[in-house]
Amino acid sequence: MTLAKRIIPCLDVAGGRVVKGINFLDLKDAGDPVELAAKYGREGADELTFLDISASVEERNTTLDIVRKTAEQVFIPLTVGGGIRTADDVNTLLRAGADKVSINTAAILRPQLINEISDRFGNQVLVLSVDARRAGTSSGYEVTTHGGRTGTEIDALKWIEDAVARGVGEILLNSMDADGTKEGYDLPMLEDVRAICSVPIIASGGAGKLEDFAEALESGADALLAASVFHFGQMSIPDVKGFLVQRGYPVRITRQ
Amino acid sequence: MIAILDYGSGNLRSAERAFARAYSDVIVSSDPAICAEADGLVVPGVGAFAACMDQLIEAGGAEIIDARIAHELPTLGICVGMQVMFSDGREKSAHKGLGIWPGDVSQLDAPILPHIGWNTVSVGEGSQLFTGVEEERFYFVHSYAAKSEVPDAVNSTANYNENFLAAVETPYVVTTQFHPEKSGAAGLKLIENWVTHWVRA
Repeated sequence: MTLAKRIIPCLDVAGGRVVKGINFLDLKDAGDPVELAAKYGREGADELTFLDISASVEERNTTLDIVRKTAEQVFIPLTVGGGIRTADDVNTLLRAGADKVSINTAAILRPQLINEISDRFGNQVLVLSVDARRAGTSSGYEVTTHGGRTGTEIDALKWIEDAVARGVGEILLNSMDADGTKEGYDLPMLEDVRAICSVPIIASGGAGKLEDFAEALESGADALLAASVFHFGQMSIPDVKGFLVQRGYPVRITRQ
Repeated sequence: MIAILDYGSGNLRSAERAFARAYSDVIVSSDPAICAEADGLVVPGVGAFAACMDQLIEAGGAEIIDARIAHELPTLGICVGMQVMFSDGREKSAHKGLGIWPGDVSQLDAPILPHIGWNTVSVGEGSQLFTGVEEERFYFVHSYAAKSEVPDAVNSTANYNENFLAAVETPYVVTTQFHPEKSGAAGLKLIENWVTHWVRA
């Protein structure tokens, strides 16, 4: 009788295709987003996340189409991030079939955007994506932009506290040090964020083996996001859930 | 016809598609006459209680739902669409609900909010809504909930640090705090049950 820990595959999309690289560089094609979304839905994904990393506005319009087509056939929550700058952008995505949106750089540039979205749609619609890495800020973690390539000198823990007060409903904590390495989630960072954060945390970056998922839950994650291990068939969602059940974690088991 | 009441912003497309799996004629509408007379009405709702109530009242929602109850037509309220059925909502500011049922809507007493994710439901005795999906998990996303049982109704509860109402079944008004349209195969089955036992009944 407890809330299940969520497993969330993340689909980075650009120009209508799923792509994946290491530390956001060296992108490889990983398939058709709508097909992959439907496959993950069948396999028991608890939510889906689309992150639009398109370089141009023209490419970005294809994402709206992907959201529409996915929402027509996959009846689980859908989060969309990338390129959201106004509350009207959020409305367009919700109308296309998204349930939540994630924002990142636009909120760093203009924190009031969080209030504007939250006041209009509620904080449950808004996921703050934080790309953090170790650096010399007061907590030891710094917020980065441009996929971890640019430091902001903003302290990650202070930013999360500020954003939660402004009205975000979840934190997507992406470790730029661990992303793409498959060496495990950044557990100390997860524990440090959990200690100051009153909204659910989705851990992201570094999943490579089954044990990594259990460790992140132990460190305080409410949900676990992963991309390449699922896209390239290294493990499946049922593999992860089966493993977590053995470890005594509550997960949602679906019959295919 | 099943109408999905469009009284503001939010994701209505998923609801439309999910209900279309169980019923051939589903539309999204803000037309008070269509919504008052449809064979089934779905009242969705995302965001804050007060904002939803304002938009619902502006759209004539109170009159629509009253008319449906008077004419014994089924209505399904989802998430904040459930919360507005109660008399008082305490989300952000005290705000009056439709008052179809007595009781408050108040913040969940839990260290981590919102309550987001898949949770189990303790299904009330005599439930028709949960037939065949009694043991399944459903998708919740909310910080506020109704906590005292509705009289003369089938009350189903869920737990997130404390018990709260997950679903209420009465002869004409049915509500779920979770999102059946986002609850995968279990949610589609629950929608089918509502269509079978309320809309087609």
